[in-house]
Amino acid sequence: MELTYIKAINSALHEEMQRDENVFVMGEDVGELGGAFKATEGLLEAFGEERVIDTPISEALIIGAGIGAAVLGMRPVLEMQFADFISCAFDQIVNSAATLRYRHGGRAQCPIVVRAPSGAGIHGALFHSQNPEAWFTRVPGLKVVAPATAYDAKGLLKSAIRDNNPVIYFEHKRLYRSVKENLPEGDFTVPIGVAELRKEGADLSVITYGGTLAPALDAAKIVEKEDRLSVEVLDLRTLLPLDREAILATARKTGKVLIVHEDRLTGGIGGEVAAIICEHAFEYLDAPVRRLAALDTHTAFSPPLEEVILPNTNKIVDAIRNLAAY
Amino acid sequence: MAQPEGARVATEPAARVEQELQLYYWMKLIRAFEERVSRLHRQNKIFGGVYSGAGQEAIVAGVCAPLRDGDFVAPLHRDLGVFLVRGVDPGRLMAQLMGKETGLSRGKDSFLHGGDLERGIFGSTSMLGSSLPIAVGAALKFKMKREKNIAVAFFGEGASSRGDVHEAMNFAGVQKLPVLFVCENNRYAYSTPLEKQMAIEDVADRAEAYGFRGHVVSGNDLLAVLEVTERVVAKIRNGEGPALIECKTYRYRGHSEHDAALYRDQEELIEWQSRDPIPGYELFLEKKGHDLKRVREQIDERTQKVVQAAVEYAEQSPFPKPEEALEDLFAPALAAAPKK
Ligand SMILES: Cc1ncc(C[n+]2csc(CCOP(=O)(O)OP(=O)(O)O)c2C)c(N)n1
Repeated sequence: MELTYIKAINSALHEEMQRDENVFVMGEDVGELGGAFKATEGLLEAFGEERVIDTPISEALIIGAGIGAAVLGMRPVLEMQFADFISCAFDQIVNSAATLRYRHGGRAQCPIVVRAPSGAGIHGALFHSQNPEAWFTRVPGLKVVAPATAYDAKGLLKSAIRDNNPVIYFEHKRLYRSVKENLPEGDFTVPIGVAELRKEGADLSVITYGGTLAPALDAAKIVEKEDRLSVEVLDLRTLLPLDREAILATARKTGKVLIVHEDRLTGGIGGEVAAIICEHAFEYLDAPVRRLAALDTHTAFSPPLEEVILPNTNKIVDAIRNLAAY
Repeated sequence: MAQPEGARVATEPAARVEQELQLYYWMKLIRAFEERVSRLHRQNKIFGGVYSGAGQEAIVAGVCAPLRDGDFVAPLHRDLGVFLVRGVDPGRLMAQLMGKETGLSRGKDSFLHGGDLERGIFGSTSMLGSSLPIAVGAALKFKMKREKNIAVAFFGEGASSRGDVHEAMNFAGVQKLPVLFVCENNRYAYSTPLEKQMAIEDVADRAEAYGFRGHVVSGNDLLAVLEVTERVVAKIRNGEGPALIECKTYRYRGHSEHDAALYRDQEELIEWQSRDPIPGYELFLEKKGHDLKRVREQIDERTQKVVQAAVEYAEQSPFPKPEEALEDLFAPALAAAPKK
């Protein structure tokens, strides 16, 4: 069945709520409205008010209450209306949830999923464009995923819901309706912590995830045609824990690595990926590991500003050519 | 200021006699345990932050007494007594404070951050007020699953200024959740006096704005705390929605063991010590016909034994092994088969 990325999320929620009566969703406008992006559309009708809970504008409450229910055996899926607002619940995620099992000496668990619609490219400006994943990818006790395809959107959400640990699920807003795929009928999951090779290549590797996967694949096609470059594209899919083996395998194979993400350069996950490669695959490298990311500024509103700040296909093409020529 | 509630209970059924002594034992045990903890801290056997609840024992004892197995309690950083009253083994609790392997958090976190969910005790983080949304979530679960349990969240009047507290109470009111908020108002948040924390006298006044009732009670009067709590808890269990009880009290020691509390007036402390919850309760026991001298001797002997045994157990317990630093971060990833 052909599904958009957002419908894939929606169907994962339907199926998991059907499958397990302890799964419930909670967030702002998730009920009658079906969420600001329609991710929870139809859930209220199917499962009722007790399992599809509209909350006041209280992000810390949404996460905190999710934690309280989760330690007692529930599996809440908690929606941030925009990932940008996750900052209001930061403490509940990084302190209350992430340390929970550790500080209880392994005798408690916190199976919450935080859904965070993130990403730029929809004229969202400073407070509706953020990619805050790197705030969380250094927090022990959390898992962080960022699907780029409809298949992964569904499969990773199911895995996140079934996981016994707090999972932050970054869904990219620009992909909601632009990505459409034929998905298999019935139940399937995508494992957390496993990257996916989207395209094999020999000359150079692009490592990316989320909103920059499609532009990276487009760029790979362009340089293949115009420059006869064979580019490998690795989709990280999970940002915590990173799939170190897949990262090192592609780096060792091609010897040249470009890391691309829509999150800002400084402190982005690209730095960690680069460090892993430099530490463990240094002898295989034929060039410095390069990064292409959003400029170190806020995601400005006006189109010419947004354009210069965010990575896109053309910028990736240039970066690939540069690296290939090294 | 609102009139404190909780008229002293005049006539009790015979079944209460045992509870009367049990409550006395708990207050005495908490005090003895905490005195020992302060001493051990001075001897460097307990390290890290230690926050004494001396002077506030009646609140913990009076609020926890009417609770049941299955209820969910989020204590504040001063509520060591919650662990004792809810039945945590005193040895394990002492081991927790010493960072031992046998402690609740197996050496991972200090003082009261290691919870014991088997006894319905949530290990709160240091972030004051953050446990209120969590207790509200526990109450949400009870409501969803039609369980007759309730959640109880303790917080200081200092923590009441945090946004989490507002978010939690507001949502609890909207959803009419089975949760009891207990404010231990000891008039100081670290060094900051009440007047600099809020423009009103009673935290309880805020409850009305969230659509439920706030009660003010003397936190140094065990019977008053007990009486109000029993009444309020019965209503909450009955599905009548949340409530707030504000207990007026005073902490005897500094904010933590490192704090000499020089910002406070000595006379104020002495005045509050004259209203100590333990002698106040002893008067009641005497009035009820107990042979106080004998009861006190027996209970002192018992608490000393329990505390001594706890210290010995904790001291003999091993520290965690270095490699355990990386354990207990994650639960096994896959969920058990879902319940349908
Ligand atoms: C969010 C947060 N800010 C600051 C602190 C540091 N701190 C610890 S206890 C305390 C005072 C707390 O006062 P109150 O809530 O009234 O409780 P009490 O200590 O008086 O029992 C402060 C400021 C903290 N633990 N958490």
